[in-house]
Amino acid sequence: MSTADTAPEKERSAPDTMSSGGRRAGDSVFSVLSIGSGLLIFVTLAAVAIFLTTESIPAITASREFSGTAEFSLVEYTLPLVFGTVLASAIALLIAIPVSVGIALFISHFAPRRMASGLGYMIDLLAAVPSVVYGLWGGVWLVPKLEPLYVFLNTYFGWIPLFAGEPTAPMRNLASASVVLAVMVLPIITAVSREVFLQTPRLQEEAALALGATRWETIRTVVLPFGRGGVVAASMLGLGRALGETMAVLMILAPGATFSLHILEVGRHNSIAANIASKSAEASGVDMSLLIFTGLVLFVLTFVINAIARWIVARSGPKS
Amino acid sequence: MAAPQPINVEDLNIYYGDFLAVEGVDMQIRPRSVTALIGPSGCGKSTFLRTLNRMHEVIPGAYAKGRVEINGEDIYDPKIDPVNVRRRVGMVFQKANPFPTMSIRDNVLAGVKLNNRRISRSDADELVERALKGANLWNEVKDRLDKPGMGLSGGQQQRLCIARTIAVKPEVVLMDEPCSALDPISTLAIEDLIHELKEDYTIVIVTHNMQQASRVSDRTGFFNIAGTGKPGRLIEIDDTDTIFTNPTNTQTEDYISGRFG
Ligand SMILES: Nc1ncnc2c1ncn2[C@@H]1O[C@H](COP(=O)(O)OP(=O)(O)OP(=O)(O)O)[C@@H](O)[C@H]1O
Ligand SMILES: [Mg+2]
Repeated sequence: MSTADTAPEKERSAPDTMSSGGRRAGDSVFSVLSIGSGLLIFVTLAAVAIFLTTESIPAITASREFSGTAEFSLVEYTLPLVFGTVLASAIALLIAIPVSVGIALFISHFAPRRMASGLGYMIDLLAAVPSVVYGLWGGVWLVPKLEPLYVFLNTYFGWIPLFAGEPTAPMRNLASASVVLAVMVLPIITAVSREVFLQTPRLQEEAALALGATRWETIRTVVLPFGRGGVVAASMLGLGRALGETMAVLMILAPGATFSLHILEVGRHNSIAANIASKSAEASGVDMSLLIFTGLVLFVLTFVINAIARWIVARSGPKS
Repeated sequence: MAAPQPINVEDLNIYYGDFLAVEGVDMQIRPRSVTALIGPSGCGKSTFLRTLNRMHEVIPGAYAKGRVEINGEDIYDPKIDPVNVRRRVGMVFQKANPFPTMSIRDNVLAGVKLNNRRISRSDADELVERALKGANLWNEVKDRLDKPGMGLSGGQQQRLCIARTIAVKPEVVLMDEPCSALDPISTLAIEDLIHELKEDYTIVIVTHNMQQASRVSDRTGFFNIAGTGKPGRLIEIDDTDTIFTNPTNTQTEDYISGRFG
């Protein structure tokens, strides 16, 4: 009885939805919302780019007027900042990637389950610490602690350009800034890497184990190749954060403006973001425009790095 | 090399945490022959198979109690390293699982390289050829050894996995429904291969296909389960002919003749 009742009703309602040319109300609301928010992101991005570009025009034209004089050169001003920014971020990544991958592997493949979730939670907390706190911690606590290490590196590995030069206390050098940056980007790289490692197909891991692979060999032959794209993506996220990080660098690094590779020397480097933060409060006119121009450079830099990251991920991502 | 000895399983109980999945298995597996394991779904065939190379315990919380003697050695002896057991007892899975980032050649060599042996280029070439020939795959792939293993058909991938397994020269090869994802032609290819492999290896194969069991195996073991949540048990094991024509146990007879459940 009841089946006889419901069956025709289904038949009736089905042609209804198929014949109605328009979409259902929910669908169109949703599509308007999603297109709208997509547009909003695009407009915001464009607004930032336009602001940065128009506001830097005074600096660009002024520098052309003054070109030839030593007083003012856009390039001479900006390039050391770019150099410092990139160098600090690169070293931070160099430190952070192996450590993060190690922690991520430990959480995903070695730690007992309860310990793994505790560790994961702690890593997430680390990501939530504001950068001012890292700056304080780095400047007050970490810098003195690193001094013996720097002296050691300088004495015994001074033949490597990076560790050459004359480090002087307090060690408010690029190396210290990089170490703190590394700590700051560690959580994001760890969290993303852990996620991809956990997604390694069980069957692949069992294939390795059944061939007589030890746990480490399983990781080397299966987990790392599978997670490579994810680790690259995670590192680029970390790099994005390191490039733009302001407070920690500002609070640790004694600024300078050279192309020196001697990361242990104090007063040699500065980063774009820290430089803007330290000067923008008092700057006006062409000076302000100059700072905004460096901001534009940073904007483009992160953009390019993101594009490269996407390209690498698309190329090396796991093929299923 | 000493004459191969049978595999002796004595009073093996297999657990997933607190859950006893398979109870009290006593079984003797003859060397250089094919033993098929049949039984209804969930009776613990895969679970049992995976205890023969200590793969069962890679699942968190899973463990087994009892004796499994291979070549006179109890593989569950505390001083035995499961990694070494797995090097001697290879395994082929239900779904072909070549390493996706590796070429055909590297897939075949994966186990050998894992075992941390340095191997010269010419030895490697020879081994790749021998293993692929052993898996009846050589003619199909010899011109594209450097192409990814994932580019092969399902049946070829499964034979690649067999090649990878026999490349490390195990004594025993375990197969868990190796043909269940394959078409009839590929299935026949693998069944032919099993016939050839038993010259050199002791083979234990789980299958749902009773024709397959009767085609490929010398002996057949029947597992059954009393009901959900109850442990699976080995009901009987005998010559394949006997199991399929004149089984001792009525449960076996019911299952074989389709009167199961
Ligand atoms: N990873 C696991 N964790 C907990 N229980 C499991 C796990 N794998 C299997 N089991 C249980 O162990 C019992 C035996 O399962 P098993 O996979 O060995 O059966 P099977 O005979 O191979 O079945 P099928 O023919 O469907 O493959 C089942 O009750 C199953 O639910
Ligand atoms: Mg099974």
